[in-house]
Amino acid sequence: MTLMKSLMGATAAVALTAGAALADPALIFDLGGKFDKSFNEAAHNGASRWAEETGGSYNEIEIQSEAQREQALRRFAESGSNPIITMGFGMADPLSAVAADYPDTKFVAVDVNWLDIPNIRQIGFAEHEGSYLVGMMAAMASESGTVGFIGGMDIPLIRHFGCGYAQGAKAVNPDINVVANMTGTTPAAWNDPVKGSELTKAQISQGADVIYAAAGGTGVGVLQTAADEGILSIGVDSNQNHLHPGKVLTSMLKRVDVAVYDAMSAGEDLETGVFQMGLAEDGVGVAMDDNNAPLVSDEMKGAVDKARQDIIDGNVSVVSYYENDSCPALQF
Amino acid sequence: MEKMPKWADVVLIPLISLLLAAILSALVILAIGENPVEAVNLMVTGALGSTYGWGYTLYYATNFMFTGLAVAVAFHARLFNIGGEGQAMLGGLGVAMICLYIPWPHWSIALLAACAGAMLFGAAWAAIPAYLQAKRGSHIVITTIMFNFIAAAFLNYMLVNVMRPQGSQDPATARFPEAVHLPTFQSMFSTAENVVFRGAPVNISFFVAILACVVVWALIWRTRLGYEIRAYGHSETGAVYAGISPVRITIIAMLISGALAGLMAINNVMGEAERLVLNATEGAGFIGIAVALMGRSHPFGVFLAALLFGFLYQGGAELALWTSIPRELIVVIQALVILFTGALDNMVRMPLEKLFLSLRKGAE
Repeated sequence: MTLMKSLMGATAAVALTAGAALADPALIFDLGGKFDKSFNEAAHNGASRWAEETGGSYNEIEIQSEAQREQALRRFAESGSNPIITMGFGMADPLSAVAADYPDTKFVAVDVNWLDIPNIRQIGFAEHEGSYLVGMMAAMASESGTVGFIGGMDIPLIRHFGCGYAQGAKAVNPDINVVANMTGTTPAAWNDPVKGSELTKAQISQGADVIYAAAGGTGVGVLQTAADEGILSIGVDSNQNHLHPGKVLTSMLKRVDVAVYDAMSAGEDLETGVFQMGLAEDGVGVAMDDNNAPLVSDEMKGAVDKARQDIIDGNVSVVSYYENDSCPALQF
Repeated sequence: MEKMPKWADVVLIPLISLLLAAILSALVILAIGENPVEAVNLMVTGALGSTYGWGYTLYYATNFMFTGLAVAVAFHARLFNIGGEGQAMLGGLGVAMICLYIPWPHWSIALLAACAGAMLFGAAWAAIPAYLQAKRGSHIVITTIMFNFIAAAFLNYMLVNVMRPQGSQDPATARFPEAVHLPTFQSMFSTAENVVFRGAPVNISFFVAILACVVVWALIWRTRLGYEIRAYGHSETGAVYAGISPVRITIIAMLISGALAGLMAINNVMGEAERLVLNATEGAGFIGIAVALMGRSHPFGVFLAALLFGFLYQGGAELALWTSIPRELIVVIQALVILFTGALDNMVRMPLEKLFLSLRKGAE
């Protein structure tokens, strides 16, 4: 290619990018893709709610490879997108390499809370606290004395979910048996409902009668099989109670949608810093609606409300898996 | 007598296949209501229109060259190595161990050691399926693909439980020290007033990949071992008659293949990420199969095919960034190219052969 041609190509690319966005927000989905029925989809929901309400538009990309993390950050930053919202802990490392180069751009990192960079809004969720509450409900609803946990890919984040769940269950019934399985060790584990279903059956045969799925799209299979086999399940991230009304005990809410919606609404005036979204901030919680009302006794409700308040007040502390990479209530 | 001239075999058939894939892709893009001309334009300018685009295209191409060569070498011995993915993962582990646990004074020495480590780990991962094929007759396709899963599980265990820095939520190793960071094209070719390849991950491993192409060419066509590999690939009974040991050739070919796949790690792990992440190979091992098929298992063909796939990857990324074409569709476009150039080769070849035969008859 001649020099002239490549120069023209470069100008064309710049013109394209300049036309595409001027201070629109941008959203970078993690490898799961925006329709993962879970984490990324929650972000997509938050962003589309913002777009519907304000009539605004935003750029988005579902990255396909690790190398694209930094690429997408730089491309959006150079095109003037602001703020740039990123999903997942995998963006922490690329952000620490890129953010300083674009001091006037604000970045939002969902599921990251350990960076020390001024122009990033870091949003960490206290998944262990929400999981603790659903663990309590599971233990109270269980008649067999065995509850199950099915995780997606075996990574620290999912152990973090399972650890809170086991602590909650043991807080209600110290003798309870918590069975935990991970779906797999590749990203395919996030979207394998068939394997989720098999694991559910395996856990039922071990006596589990309430199963908590923290496994993205795999959880759909868990909830389906639990409903078919007549046991209870617990959904995750979004409110999944409606998937099988009367069969899903509750869902552990992680309000990624609210975090994304708030960030887009704030626009360029976004406040940066580290934001911890726990029970007190309604960043995590348990889903109560008409679909699961018949399953939740007043006693259960009372216990959960009390525990929630105790955790907020600091009377009960839920150990995070991250503290020393191990869980007091569950072996992985 | 050849059925058709060499140039038609090497140039015309891939071009026609590509054209067919492009036409189908354009129809698919039309069907979802986007403009195919704009999409192609975006892909071309995005991947080839600037040094930045080239930087990514060549980065991906480097990965595919290594895995493509790996598959090609095994092909010559008529072994179908589907385990490039797992071998590259293990290569990454080797690179990470060498970069993290040994203090290197300079990147150049570290690169040599990392190459050795990557090749050793990749070859070791290919050695077991090779042994099982050679001695026990367990089919290499089955064992290598199974070993991909074992590699993923092993890497997951190592990253989550062993190599992850204490308290880190990300299942990845710590960053490699500054001293082992490979020079990127940006630092090699930029001048003070003219920054080229800005932010792009392409690095010195690209030249290692080209060197690997040359070495593989020399190995296959200019050495006794290469002759034995090709002879064994053409006819096992013939090779045995000529005194070539099938066990030896199977194992050696697979070791070389595994080493080449493992060598990819110097590009993606040492050159780009500068740490080992869980999903480091992201399918390059499988793309290598398509690259080798399309490149007719010749190193130069592999080089060209790797460039094409690098273009598709980077062009696809640009499409994802600036249009609302969903990424699944980008995968469809990439798959169409693989389908037409790799799997449906005969669909183009047979009519062409007939055409050339009839032309020749007409001339006689």
